[in-house]
Amino acid sequence: MRLTVNGAQHHLVGLDPRTTLLDALREHLHLTGAKKGCDHGQCGACTVLLDGRRVNSCLILAITQQDAEVTTVEGLGRRGEPHPVQQGFLDHDGFQCGYCTPGQICSAIGMLDEAGKGWPSAVTEDDDLLSDREIRERMSGNLCRCGAYPAMVPAIRQAAGR
Amino acid sequence: MKTFEYRTAAGLAAGLEPGAVFLAGGTNLVDLMKLGVATPDVLVDVNRLPLHEVSGLPDGGIRIGSAVRNSDLAADHRVRTAYPVLSQALLAGASGQLRNMATTGGNLLQRTRCRYFMDATMPCNKHRPGSGCPARDGDHRNLAILGGSPACVATHPSDMAVALAAVDAVVQVDGPAGQRSIPVTGLYRLPEDTPERDTVLEHGELITAVDLPALPVAARSTYRKARDRASYAFAAGSVAAALRVADGLVADVRLAFGAVAPKPWRAYVAEEALRGQPATEERFRAAADAELAAARPLRDNAYKIALIRNLTAAVLTALAEDVR
Amino acid sequence: MTSMLTRAVGAPLPRLEGPAKVSGAARYAAEYPQDRMAYGWIVQSPVARGRLDAVLTDPAEEDVLVVLWHGNAPHLEQTDDPELAVFQSDRIGYRGQPVALVVATSLEAARRAAQVIHLDIAAEEHDVELRADHPDRYTPESVVPDVPAVSGTGDAETALASAAVTVDVTYVTPPLHNNPMEPHATIARWDGQDLILYDSNQHPSGIAETLGTVFGLPAERVHVVTEHVGGGFGSKGSARPNAVLAALGSWVTGRPVQMALPRQAMFSMVGHRAPTVQHIRIGASQDGVLTAIDHQTHTQSSRLFEFVESASVVTRDVYPVPHLRTGHQVVRLDMPTPRWMRAPGEAPGMIALECAMDELAERLGADPLDLRLRNAPRHERVLRAGAERFGWSGRDPRPRRRRSGEWWTGTGMALATYPATAMPSTARVRALADDEYEVAIAATDLGTGARTILAQIAADELDVPVGRIHIRIGDSTLPRASVAGGSSGSASWGWAVTGACRELRSRGGREAVFDTTELVREQKEGQHACGAHFAEVRVSAVTGEIRVSRLFGMYDAGRILNPRTARAQFLGGMIMGMGMALHEESVLDPAQGTWVNHDLAEYHIPTHADVEWIDAAWLDEPETGLNPMGSKGIGEIGIVGSPAAILNAVHHATGVRIRDLPARLDKLL
Repeated sequence: MRLTVNGAQHHLVGLDPRTTLLDALREHLHLTGAKKGCDHGQCGACTVLLDGRRVNSCLILAITQQDAEVTTVEGLGRRGEPHPVQQGFLDHDGFQCGYCTPGQICSAIGMLDEAGKGWPSAVTEDDDLLSDREIRERMSGNLCRCGAYPAMVPAIRQAAGR
Repeated sequence: MKTFEYRTAAGLAAGLEPGAVFLAGGTNLVDLMKLGVATPDVLVDVNRLPLHEVSGLPDGGIRIGSAVRNSDLAADHRVRTAYPVLSQALLAGASGQLRNMATTGGNLLQRTRCRYFMDATMPCNKHRPGSGCPARDGDHRNLAILGGSPACVATHPSDMAVALAAVDAVVQVDGPAGQRSIPVTGLYRLPEDTPERDTVLEHGELITAVDLPALPVAARSTYRKARDRASYAFAAGSVAAALRVADGLVADVRLAFGAVAPKPWRAYVAEEALRGQPATEERFRAAADAELAAARPLRDNAYKIALIRNLTAAVLTALAEDVR
Repeated sequence: MTSMLTRAVGAPLPRLEGPAKVSGAARYAAEYPQDRMAYGWIVQSPVARGRLDAVLTDPAEEDVLVVLWHGNAPHLEQTDDPELAVFQSDRIGYRGQPVALVVATSLEAARRAAQVIHLDIAAEEHDVELRADHPDRYTPESVVPDVPAVSGTGDAETALASAAVTVDVTYVTPPLHNNPMEPHATIARWDGQDLILYDSNQHPSGIAETLGTVFGLPAERVHVVTEHVGGGFGSKGSARPNAVLAALGSWVTGRPVQMALPRQAMFSMVGHRAPTVQHIRIGASQDGVLTAIDHQTHTQSSRLFEFVESASVVTRDVYPVPHLRTGHQVVRLDMPTPRWMRAPGEAPGMIALECAMDELAERLGADPLDLRLRNAPRHERVLRAGAERFGWSGRDPRPRRRRSGEWWTGTGMALATYPATAMPSTARVRALADDEYEVAIAATDLGTGARTILAQIAADELDVPVGRIHIRIGDSTLPRASVAGGSSGSASWGWAVTGACRELRSRGGREAVFDTTELVREQKEGQHACGAHFAEVRVSAVTGEIRVSRLFGMYDAGRILNPRTARAQFLGGMIMGMGMALHEESVLDPAQGTWVNHDLAEYHIPTHADVEWIDAAWLDEPETGLNPMGSKGIGEIGIVGSPAAILNAVHHATGVRIRDLPARLDKLL
């Protein structure tokens, strides 16, 4: 099957139809940036961008994604320059053990795009879709056991240009 | 996960061989397959069928293609203005990532989160008929107080379905025997002694759309969910409500409860008790109690009665005040 | 010869591995590609007690290389941890115990084969419920970390009987699971008679020794690589079965084997914080002077291993009282083995003590802060500084008085202490070209900032910019380091690094190695970091939902080596404390003999949305005579006391005392 990841096309020969997108990335393409925290869509560590939208790659069968563009944390930034969200995480110490971090970063990028499109969240009250409260709610699909949340919010706020 | 044959759906109403199931967003099915709870022989991928549109209906209602993702539906302007309860319910569920994946049809057909059902090594009448239900004496803090049976006290976990039940949504189904329409309130079965079947759908029937009827009262509607942490958690209890008050009296009301029953629980008894009555918090509370009189709580889930009563009163009071 | 021109230590240096972590380049245990990799999947016992007689496999699974169980597994040598003796006996000690291992050429095949395997088990009746009056309870000799189970000064019983005011309450804490984001994982490969392990752990030196013992190898023949660790919180402090299983699978198949535990297995196979039932009695004079405390903890361990959560120990240190009695009783059940979880003992113990103190303050009509000031004068500065910053003064002590819309609001506070200690470690420093240095020690960085802090310490000792220091950690072939646990990492490793740097500077040459064993033996005993936690909560009168509006921690933890990473440690501990107070509980089904909410959807840890305003501050004064850096530990103090502060605030908001944790909406409706 064909899988397009970070702009590069890969051909996976004889891939087991049971293989998830996450396992295809990690075990077959050795792109281990997307993490396996729970393998059941309950932690967000496996978050990647699928055609620009954030998704849990652990609950997607790779075989269903022949036509999709997958972006993982390895594909962010340009020519050695970190993506603004990555830079925000560096500037604000938005991580500790780092295991949830690639998922947090991909999720934040997808989330900023959603807010940019005017999508509401469960806490939306007015036009400010990127208040700290909004960021926290919108990022709640990404668990962090180290408790680095308070440093991620300003990291994301900074990336949003606020 | 058992091995399976994968193919993309050729078209609507193509039917399914025994052992085959439809794959949409996969957020629940792939999860259950990994756990060994779902063991289909064939996956028929319906994601490429033309079911991705939200469109207007002649009567002023809305038709939601069954493959419309939860996040797109929640953001849809028509939904946000004409059926805010639906947008709010969607946004109260799961996470941003899961809402980007999960579809309208799949959300309706997701299975219970009962901890015994989700563990293939446990007895469970839903995943292994006849093996027994350990929840009754075991862990049932978040299981049903309404509609359960000795065989099963699972709750339906969807937030979206609660909102759809409240606004009289109708499910459009296509299958080997043709097309049919089923109100969301009639889609689900109560477990009785066959809890393995969640819905009235026949094998091979595919939800193609969900229709929202033109319903002026739904423009003043809301969804409120209580849960054990601030986000990314299934409901401990939830209420979907729409209310129209005229001259201080309840002119129209729609009410449904979540996380209390094997299906989204349309509170017909409470609605009936309210129609034409003064729109006061006391009446709202009493109406909730009328509905909850049928509740049969277990050792650890009686709190849901107070929770639903309080939520109902709070939500309706807020809607009533909003109108004035 | 400490440089007086300190430049690096105390500076908020960003983490050295930051760029690798945000780009996905940082490699964790299961992320080292291997030729012909095979995958392990465990089969866990579906019963809590019994005998495994046979294992039958489905011959249709053609990608399966081997299924190991006690009927065919190679002999393993014994260690002091019976959990590592996998497949050496037919006995089943708990539900979820690994009873077989499938090794297959793909992850998918391994998982499926493990699901359909047939276990022929003779199940026996199990006993899984902790009760304070359990007939099999006993007083152990010692409790974690290795201190006497009982203590006594004065005559607590008589003093309590004659006290003017007493509190007599029981607090119950549930089983808790560490749940680091990275599940326990190992890739094992045999290179001749040498064993190479890429393993997620908190102690590469210890894992190498233990795995060496298991396979009859000297420790130096076992090479443990632990470059990055996705959290541990105690659960990776010693070898876990995944390391043994991977090595076993690799030995038998001749292939590298990856053994990453599924999240669900982490609820039985890698330890947890045992539940406690804590009976605490406090006596005081009418003017609020404590006269007696009796703190008795009942807890459980497994049939395999005695591990006693030392919840009463903290009470020996916080308040000096003339009459003090503490004790522990444990019962061995057909349940998984408890282990270290962040601040073992202190975290649950401080809940009982500091919630009981709040109850005492209420009974006395005293301000909770004043009660602490009166009875723990040595913590006065932290208490006052914390109260000042939080804005405690003028607090109306009466519960259930403040309401904003549907929300009851309230505030609460609690003290915290955690022992400051160091453990023996060895570091090596090498002078490289261009005034650069390599600092090597088999330490690990679980997200604590250890890598960065050690570079800062070395830079100052060698009087060079941090950029000149090349840190090597996370590898058992480096000089032996102590475990990353007990809030002792920086003190232990920093001491060794300091020693090696000073030795190099004083003796000259290209390399110096320094072992702290002798120095540590003479370290000052009985020292503690301390803290004061303050919380403001709101509780919905409609739903009973609790939200923590503000959470503040004030600390005295000696010298703060890196305020940036220290802040993260403090806040992270406090957030885990919030989880302990409000969210976390492993729910037992006694009939099934297991915890049934064994995943991250059902075992709730705090999300982004649960953390609103949170902050930490510290006194930042070097503690003399403890270690050369003047630091105390900071990794655990944040989870000690913060749950009690939140629970006390819940009471202040609602008037409801929740004595069985966690405090959830159903207890407030």
